[in-house]
Amino acid sequence: MYLSLLFYFIASIAVGSAIFVVLNRNAIYSAVSLVLCFFALAVLYLLLEAYFLAVLEIFIYAGAIMVLFLFAIMLLNLGREEALPRFMQLQRSLSLMLVLIFFFGIFLILFGSSEILDPPVEKFSGGGVYSLGEALFSKYLLPFEIASLLLLVGLIGTVYLAKRKI
Amino acid sequence: MDLLGFIIICVKVLVVFAATMFTVLALIYAERRISAFMQGRIGPNRVGPKGILQPIADGIKFLMKEDIIPASVDKPIFILAPAILLVPAMMTFAVIPFGSNITLFGREIPLQIADVNVGILYILALTSIGVYGIVLAGWSSNNKYSLLGGLRSAAQLISYELAMGLAVISIILLAGSLKLNDIVADQQGYFFSWNVVKQPVAFLIFLVATYAETNRLPFDLSEAEQELVGGYHTEYSSMKFAMFFMAEYANMITAAALTVTLFFGGWDVPLINEASLGMVGVLLSVISFILKMAFFLFLFIWVRWTFPRFRYDQLMKLGWKVMLPIALINIFITAGYLSITALV
Amino acid sequence: MATIIKSYEPTFWDKIYIPALVKGLMVTLRHFFKRKITIQYPDEKHIPPEGYRGLHRLNKYPNDRIKCVACEMCSAACPVDCIHIVPGPSPWEGDKERYPVRFDIDLLRCIFCGFCEMACPEEAIELTEIYDFSNYTRESLLIDKEGLLEVYELTKDRNFYSRVKSKESQS
Repeated sequence: MYLSLLFYFIASIAVGSAIFVVLNRNAIYSAVSLVLCFFALAVLYLLLEAYFLAVLEIFIYAGAIMVLFLFAIMLLNLGREEALPRFMQLQRSLSLMLVLIFFFGIFLILFGSSEILDPPVEKFSGGGVYSLGEALFSKYLLPFEIASLLLLVGLIGTVYLAKRKI
Repeated sequence: MDLLGFIIICVKVLVVFAATMFTVLALIYAERRISAFMQGRIGPNRVGPKGILQPIADGIKFLMKEDIIPASVDKPIFILAPAILLVPAMMTFAVIPFGSNITLFGREIPLQIADVNVGILYILALTSIGVYGIVLAGWSSNNKYSLLGGLRSAAQLISYELAMGLAVISIILLAGSLKLNDIVADQQGYFFSWNVVKQPVAFLIFLVATYAETNRLPFDLSEAEQELVGGYHTEYSSMKFAMFFMAEYANMITAAALTVTLFFGGWDVPLINEASLGMVGVLLSVISFILKMAFFLFLFIWVRWTFPRFRYDQLMKLGWKVMLPIALINIFITAGYLSITALV
Repeated sequence: MATIIKSYEPTFWDKIYIPALVKGLMVTLRHFFKRKITIQYPDEKHIPPEGYRGLHRLNKYPNDRIKCVACEMCSAACPVDCIHIVPGPSPWEGDKERYPVRFDIDLLRCIFCGFCEMACPEEAIELTEIYDFSNYTRESLLIDKEGLLEVYELTKDRNFYSRVKSKESQS
């Protein structure tokens, strides 16, 4: 009972802050509310007893990536200006249509099955560090290595772009 | 969860919060007094016996002062920033075990607010949140110096978080757990079972990184008075400034507690089995934790009044080119040793 | 011929910096336990050394005659013209004919150079060790003859701050 109340409270924060990210025209405000959104998501993970995932959500998204975003916004001084141009009429109607289709799909799935409104969240052990590590280094070894290779490529590319003369 | 358990947790939260706030006050006094002693002065000694009421007088002064919000700041973020900095600083202490288990009302109560099974990551994640307070404070002040201070601090925190995390990983490898309780349990016994003996390199890296993480000298580039006026809190006054101040000290307390937990056996008293002594053992363990923490807090102040500030490029060089590779090598050696002993 | 001086090459031990850091910490730790040199001013007062140039005084002979003969050497020597003397015939019987009817010093002007003390042929004007005589109004810092004699009474046989008998009165 309490937990589901908490869930709706946190979920509304997550959705509200996500909407604020899109609607706000001040880039810094958007970034800050995105951080809030990440936090709300982390709490949702906590409610699912996926502690590791929750901490990683804060650690990586809120703690590292968004800080760099803020960095860029501040240094480019996008913050105060109304820098974003208004959308063209065509783009607006097109995006509206896409969003409607997307929501229609979600509603279709939602009301298609009766179980989904009260999701039976099973206590799964996937949130633990041990099981996650084991899965990553045995079953999903190849994707894991590919991802790390991708990151390495990205790293080298960044260094190359930032420092042309080596 | 039953009612008693809920009450116990509330009491623990209150006690830890009060203790942290009290330690912050004591630290402000200690900082001024110790710095004075190291400079051949006496320091504050007027308010109360030996001046121990000085921080309270300062607090009253902060409350009474006019709260200036400059005209061209970004008001919502300007007001939010100190809170963003202070709240994670206070929250981090939640997972640190500060004593052995106590038996009250016929149930065993761990002296720790929350035994999170990803304790260390929780702390690292929260300390990385503190950056927002500094960056946003710097940006919203609409002041070049503040912005520079905030950006410097953010870059510094991100850089040193890596070295810190990698130093912690070698400890995690030894304990085989992310739980702080398990790490403390892993170090029970003699002096030689403490991680500082097993992992001296990791300890040094961690120690240096904590100074950078708490923005203390020799790494206080974000508020370098000579270059940046006051850094990110130049435009702040009254209670908002006090919150920055308190956050700095709260961060110091957490860093000291974390150093003790990870490297100095936590609440462990060497050569004594606390569990067999009952209440005395509990008391001894809490006292030993406090004493160890006090030493590291003293070290914070001691270092501040001994070493000059790093230059910014030196800071980055130290973080990325010295501490990061050493930490990686340390992990490699530790992991190699562990896998070899596992094979044998 | 130029000589090549090899600069000090840091060894590995130097490069890890930890011994140097510990050394630095030890320096501050030593100072931590050293005697503190702060003087808690209103409670304990700094005792100026011999020859300190503070507030002026006018000396007297044992028989209460003012040593000053109003020759105005001091006011002539004064670089800031802060001494104002009105001479008059001495009311005492005997040796000296002149004495100051008025003897005013403007302490706000005075630069405490001690030239008056040096110029005085009678050793009548002297600078004492008193240094904390600040006040709220300009008028209160104009000191007259009575004031200067009062200072003499305060300081004639003891140091104003240490309460120790001065050398002159002992001899």
